[in-house]
Amino acid sequence: MAEMKIRKQGLLTTIQDQGRTGAQQYGIVVGGAMDPWALRLCNVLTGNDPGAAGLEVTMMGPELSFSEPVRIAVGGADLSAAVDGEKIPLWTAVLVPAGSVLSFGEPKFGVRAYIAVAGGVDVPEVMGSRATYIRAKLGGFRGRELRNGDVIPLGTPGRTTGRRRMHHELLPDYHKGRPVRIIPGPDAPGSLSLFMSETYRITNDVDRMGSRLEGPEMDVPEAEGMLSDAVAMGTIQITAGGQPILLMADRQTTGGYPRIATVIHEDLPKVAQMRPGEVIRFSTVPVEVAQQLRRHREKQFRRYVKLAAGGP
Amino acid sequence: MSMSMEMQPLGDAAVRVPFGSVISEEVHEAIRRFCAVLQEKKDPAVIEWVPAYCAVTVFYDPLHWSYEEAAAAMAVWKTEAEDVPLAAPKRWLIPVCYGSGYGPDLSDTAEHCGMTEQEVIDRHTRAEYRIYMLGFIPGFPYLGGMDPAIAVERRRTPRQKVSAGAVGIAGEQTGIYPLQSPGGWQLIGQTPVRLYDRNRQSLVLMQAGDRLRFSRITPSEYESIARRVERGDYEIEWEDVT
Repeated sequence: MAEMKIRKQGLLTTIQDQGRTGAQQYGIVVGGAMDPWALRLCNVLTGNDPGAAGLEVTMMGPELSFSEPVRIAVGGADLSAAVDGEKIPLWTAVLVPAGSVLSFGEPKFGVRAYIAVAGGVDVPEVMGSRATYIRAKLGGFRGRELRNGDVIPLGTPGRTTGRRRMHHELLPDYHKGRPVRIIPGPDAPGSLSLFMSETYRITNDVDRMGSRLEGPEMDVPEAEGMLSDAVAMGTIQITAGGQPILLMADRQTTGGYPRIATVIHEDLPKVAQMRPGEVIRFSTVPVEVAQQLRRHREKQFRRYVKLAAGGP
Repeated sequence: MSMSMEMQPLGDAAVRVPFGSVISEEVHEAIRRFCAVLQEKKDPAVIEWVPAYCAVTVFYDPLHWSYEEAAAAMAVWKTEAEDVPLAAPKRWLIPVCYGSGYGPDLSDTAEHCGMTEQEVIDRHTRAEYRIYMLGFIPGFPYLGGMDPAIAVERRRTPRQKVSAGAVGIAGEQTGIYPLQSPGGWQLIGQTPVRLYDRNRQSLVLMQAGDRLRFSRITPSEYESIARRVERGDYEIEWEDVT
């Protein structure tokens, strides 16, 4: 069976998939890829099921090698992925010879890159998912980030894909000029116009759980009597200090701060790739519009998966 | 605000279904009934749900349902739920070693409440607690029903590390830390049992609606149970609530 070896660990490399749904009522966090679309696309490129597990690489990538020739695809952030020192294109299924080294260099765009490997990463499923949730030592490889010397078993590749490149129309919209679109509620004050007229900055306090933002203080009335309630990926809470937290993959299942809005699915990839110091603006959108965008993207994706199943 | 009794979206794939605006046993029972309906329907459009003190948030597949359709389905099920009989909840028995090395804040808590340590322990073990919801971290139970006489404010400075199994008080709430984490609760004791165990078939045993009682154990009983937990041959006891 093919294996992947971690020759040098990066800043934070974990095994992720589309997350662990179904047990939030027990406090089990969903987790999964911060930029789930990027991982889905890379999976399809390598002939995997879109929900297969791959690696999430953060800023400073690791050095990996494989025991057998394997086809991989790297997408999401551009962290200068290279095979044996030669740069490889993003969103393209590339064959890596046995013993060759996949490495990363300068982080050129974004924060999180995804590596899909044909056959997927073969670690045990825990409650239907292979996603690593470090805080509870759950899932992934021994419930932790990957370290020097780890050897990770790979699954059996399905069909061969050749050097397939992702159609540009399917790539996540990382375009930065547009405000991030949000759906207000459930604890939004009467008007979110102040929140939307202001600019916020991503602080250094950024991890898989969420990002703290910094901007004009926001006073949310009745925050005192707020009872813990459910949150979602992209939910924006206003903390006691009046500053927002944007919740991401490893968010808690419930929170005690007012939830003024939630980022729409279509704009989550952009948020997942924003770095500390970057500026973020928001605009509201009706839930119907957000759902239309989501359905459109999903349909496009499913059409592509069907097409891709036809072979190279 | 969330106090509103109207349904509201939580992003583009969830709907918040409200049942009240204050913590009460009636609201909680209505929530349990609604969750029983969700469980029984097994509708493919429903992905999962999160019961909280006053609302249930239902995560659905937006390719299946628009927000309007989701809200309409919830309204129907909410009405149906009014006549649903509830299964008997479980009452979990949690052994706790109080004070000294096990609950470093017990003496401060007793002093704050103007009673002896023994009185605090008696009041803490006498009450039956209701698990209103689970959340925050895997298996963390939000408990209601603590004797207000032993209420004590959070510590000024939270601890960097609170060990798994720590039993604490924060205001009028009491709880158990399922994982090691930072925390500001006043720690009065420690349980050797694991509310969350990643090596167990069910990672989390309890569910919202269950009851819970604490029972006092000695340090030697603590050590003996802890050894059995470590070996994987200790099961948390429970009884049917009748």
